[in-house]
Amino acid sequence: MENQKNYLNASYGWKSWLLTLDHKRIGVLYLISITFYFLLGAVFAAFIRLELATPAGDLVQPATYNRLFTNHGVIMIFFFLVPSIPAFLGNFLLPLMIGARDVAFPRLNLASWYILNIGAVFAVWSLAQGGVDTGWTFYTPFSTAFSNGAVMTAAVGVFITGFSSILTGVNFLVTIHRMRAPGMTWFRLPLFIWGLYATSLIFVLGTPVLAVTILMVALERGLGLGIFNPALGGDPVLFQHLFWFYSHPAVYIMILPGMGVISEIVAAFARKRVFGYKFVAYASLGIAVLGFFVWGHHLFVSSQSAYAGIVFSVLTMLVAIPSAIKTFNWTATLYKGSVSWETPMLYAIGFMGLFAIGGLTGVMLAIMGFDIHVHDTYFVVAHFHYIMVGGAIMAYMGGLHYWWPKMFGRMYSPFWSKLSALLVFVGFNLTFFPQFIVGYLGMPRRYHAYPEEFQVFNVLSSAGATVLGAGYLLPMVYFAYSLFAGQKVGKNPWGAVGLEWETESPPPPLNFDEIPTVDFDAYDYVGKAKEAQVV
Amino acid sequence: MNILKNLPLFPEQASTVAGQVDALYFFALAITAFFTILIATLVVVFAIKFKRKSDAEFGVPEKTSLPLEITWSVIPLIIVMVLFVWGAKLYITIMRPPADAVEYHAVGKQWMWKFQHPEGNREINDLHVPAGQPIKITMTSEDVIHSLFFPAFRVKTDVLPGRYTQLWFEATKPGTYHIFCAEYCGAEHSRMIGKVHVMAPADYEAWLAGREPGKKLASGEELFQTLACVTCHAGDATARGPLLANLDGGEVQLNSGRTLVRDDDYLRESILNPTAKVVAGYTPLMPSYDGQVTEEQIIELLKYLKQINQVGPQAGAPTGSP
Amino acid sequence: MSSSAHAPNLAHHFESYEQQRESASLGMWLFVAQEIMFFGGLFTAYLVYRINNPEIFKMASSELNIYQGGINTAVLILSSLTMALAVREAQLGRSKRIVALLVATFILGGVFVGIKYFEYSAKFEHHLVPGEHFDLHLNAEELAYLEKVGITDQAKIQSRAQMFFSIYFAMTGLHALHMLVGMALIIWLIPKAWRGVFNADYHNPVECFGLYWHFVDIVWIFLFPLLYLLGRNIGA
Repeated sequence: MENQKNYLNASYGWKSWLLTLDHKRIGVLYLISITFYFLLGAVFAAFIRLELATPAGDLVQPATYNRLFTNHGVIMIFFFLVPSIPAFLGNFLLPLMIGARDVAFPRLNLASWYILNIGAVFAVWSLAQGGVDTGWTFYTPFSTAFSNGAVMTAAVGVFITGFSSILTGVNFLVTIHRMRAPGMTWFRLPLFIWGLYATSLIFVLGTPVLAVTILMVALERGLGLGIFNPALGGDPVLFQHLFWFYSHPAVYIMILPGMGVISEIVAAFARKRVFGYKFVAYASLGIAVLGFFVWGHHLFVSSQSAYAGIVFSVLTMLVAIPSAIKTFNWTATLYKGSVSWETPMLYAIGFMGLFAIGGLTGVMLAIMGFDIHVHDTYFVVAHFHYIMVGGAIMAYMGGLHYWWPKMFGRMYSPFWSKLSALLVFVGFNLTFFPQFIVGYLGMPRRYHAYPEEFQVFNVLSSAGATVLGAGYLLPMVYFAYSLFAGQKVGKNPWGAVGLEWETESPPPPLNFDEIPTVDFDAYDYVGKAKEAQVV
Repeated sequence: MNILKNLPLFPEQASTVAGQVDALYFFALAITAFFTILIATLVVVFAIKFKRKSDAEFGVPEKTSLPLEITWSVIPLIIVMVLFVWGAKLYITIMRPPADAVEYHAVGKQWMWKFQHPEGNREINDLHVPAGQPIKITMTSEDVIHSLFFPAFRVKTDVLPGRYTQLWFEATKPGTYHIFCAEYCGAEHSRMIGKVHVMAPADYEAWLAGREPGKKLASGEELFQTLACVTCHAGDATARGPLLANLDGGEVQLNSGRTLVRDDDYLRESILNPTAKVVAGYTPLMPSYDGQVTEEQIIELLKYLKQINQVGPQAGAPTGSP
Repeated sequence: MSSSAHAPNLAHHFESYEQQRESASLGMWLFVAQEIMFFGGLFTAYLVYRINNPEIFKMASSELNIYQGGINTAVLILSSLTMALAVREAQLGRSKRIVALLVATFILGGVFVGIKYFEYSAKFEHHLVPGEHFDLHLNAEELAYLEKVGITDQAKIQSRAQMFFSIYFAMTGLHALHMLVGMALIIWLIPKAWRGVFNADYHNPVECFGLYWHFVDIVWIFLFPLLYLLGRNIGA
């Protein structure tokens, strides 16, 4: 058994990894990349919170601070959050979960990884050139005609990286359509796959609009064309429309895979099928489709007409409903479940509460009369961090802890992992909850210095960030340790139901000795009780 | 301990809409809190009550319940629709200035706010206003997008280059409150802040009276003379320029046949690019004042132009000669 | 892509040629969908500004040569025919014909790019490239027309005309770039076709490339009327 070839030890050497076509190895390559970019983005966050611990802008120059928050946003969004679950967990698990040997286009898959990193090279190069200071939103005419940061380099980096997303999206959609094992009908698919499918729709249809918008910004800045510059007859609000047309669906790119992970974890750690499976599946698609029609809620105070605003507000309210449906269904799954308190479940439980807050404050922001007051304040910053960190990153951590034994054949320390989960939960809330309050008080975002009366909340927030940071660093230690000294596991360390748990840990290079024929629904703990044993 | 005693959780309510915004906020907050606590409680209670007792234990699957799914879809839908309607109505209230609002002006530029009172007083980063008076601020930017934000009034609107935007408020409670720029605009964005001073009407009058004359800008009427506008817009039958009357929202027909409403943007364009839109029956003779008037001077001119009423026969068809 | 003696060109992760073919085809359609969204951003910008400056855009548009544009349209449509036939021949596995049709497509693509080169050179000569030297020369008739509709400010005319040409170059340039990539891909396909790689079971590269080529053609079919033809003959 131990001498069996798995995807990790089937071949050695740089070339076998850097030229691999194995989706599992590509997933691991992504893990390494995104972890690096996460650390980079976190360093910027650390400086931001350090500066904001005091009201005066005394740690760094204003121009430096503006580069810190811009690069924090750009790196965290484009180089960590967007690829994190889809390109790492998705790549690794999609073929396993549907009973395929690989994704539809393995070479394109490898190319996607390279493209992500080539884009990142440009982003890092822009840092070396002094950094970008436009905010990750690149609003014109500041970005095209006023900024003296390395806007072009960063724009090129984001443009290139977008194609990584697009190609991954194409790959996943075709894989799910064409490569399911015999018997794996659409409604037998794990909900994680539905989440990846919905995400891939947005990858393919949304990302190109960002690409062409960034291209126009580059043309305007580089060639002096007046597309968005009012001095040359252009319209700066047109940029905002084009930018948010992608960037709003982008946030659903960042949460839909996470929701898919939560479905998997809840099912496995309650040993029960997800309640309302079809509703959760359809809700994923609903979010992806509706998400394309709500971008104007970022423009309520931009001089957009009230009529347009009304349309966007009501549609935004509608897109909240599928998320609510999912949350209720997950909760109901726990009822009469057999709930294990392993680390992945702790992250899922944390997700449910934090996503509720993040999602409901999103509904608040869709309230037009309310948004006027809190637009561009820390209320918005708190809202999106609740979704992206309290939601997406918690889901990512949960997934990482759930599938780590499958990917590497080793278990990590339950004690340290549960402690980290607690630190993350406590640190996260301490960091971001005060920001709701100080945002409603009026503290604008992207402020380097602020009035004294906001200090208490900022100090709490910065203190929380320290705890949160510790919570994120610990896993790096115990995961690394587990690779060498962790307890080895068999096929099914959690006693879960799913095709990925019916093959070795780590899986063999071709995933399955024989392509399975699927005759069971997703999470069929009743029918598959025999297979759902710890092995 | 003093810190905790004076810890602000909400900004002051200093305008007529502030209370309305806060009411909507509290309602939405209550809903958020309710559902969050509901979900969190259920999740934790279920996790404890149904904690796995042995490795062999499984959960008991439940049949899909359509009534349940519909219930927890429809109830949230109703709630968010209530929030939407309430919010939309409040938005319209906040965005539409009342007819009797007194017009101030503001110019945002990196990195300061320049305010102009109706009677010409100028302030930089400070704004004195009387309580109990609806005030609308018409504003533009000299460079990038900024955003004028009065947290105590709960109002905010982006300030754009090349266009005018507007916000309005009626201050209620005398005091001093923050002004922030709320759209990232470059290096000193966080220092593009100021103070709005709401004063009881009598105090405001006293403040006005005590202002030094030097701070006043030349009035629009004075500029009309010194910039030689009066030479063509003389208001008589031989005038080369159209009669200036009904300029505030009146309709005008252009040479192209188009009819449009004369608003601030049109008047401003007529000063800076006068041949862009020419009144029907006149030739494009007017020189451009681009580069010769500041934004503040344009604001003064517009104030003057909107209330003058030249009477007399229209010069009519061009006689073909300057 | 690994292959085995009994199933040449069948990638190891596919169960059958059919699965491979359908996957490639679906993937290509999805790629085309994203290309549509990509060009869509520029179409949006064009439409917004066109609606806001109808007369000046018409004037600027009339500087474009509809004969060159028209010939290019015909050339591209013809090249889509040769490409569609090439796909057909690939399905039938007739190598010589595939090569001939690919070469024909390449030549037609070259004609398009060549004519584009002449068009662009003319723009350079007439100072219609956005930038410092941009200068739209209007004759007395055109100026009178603009004056009649109330547009006499020369600075505004130049700046809006420059906007038109900015978008013109961005869109046709992006399109031409896609053409060049397509032509490079034909060069890659020709040796494969010559070697007899394509047959009824496996002709994905030709079919997928055909789809790409047709898409590039269709983009031009939208560009040509929108940029060259709209509002012609007014003011004449």
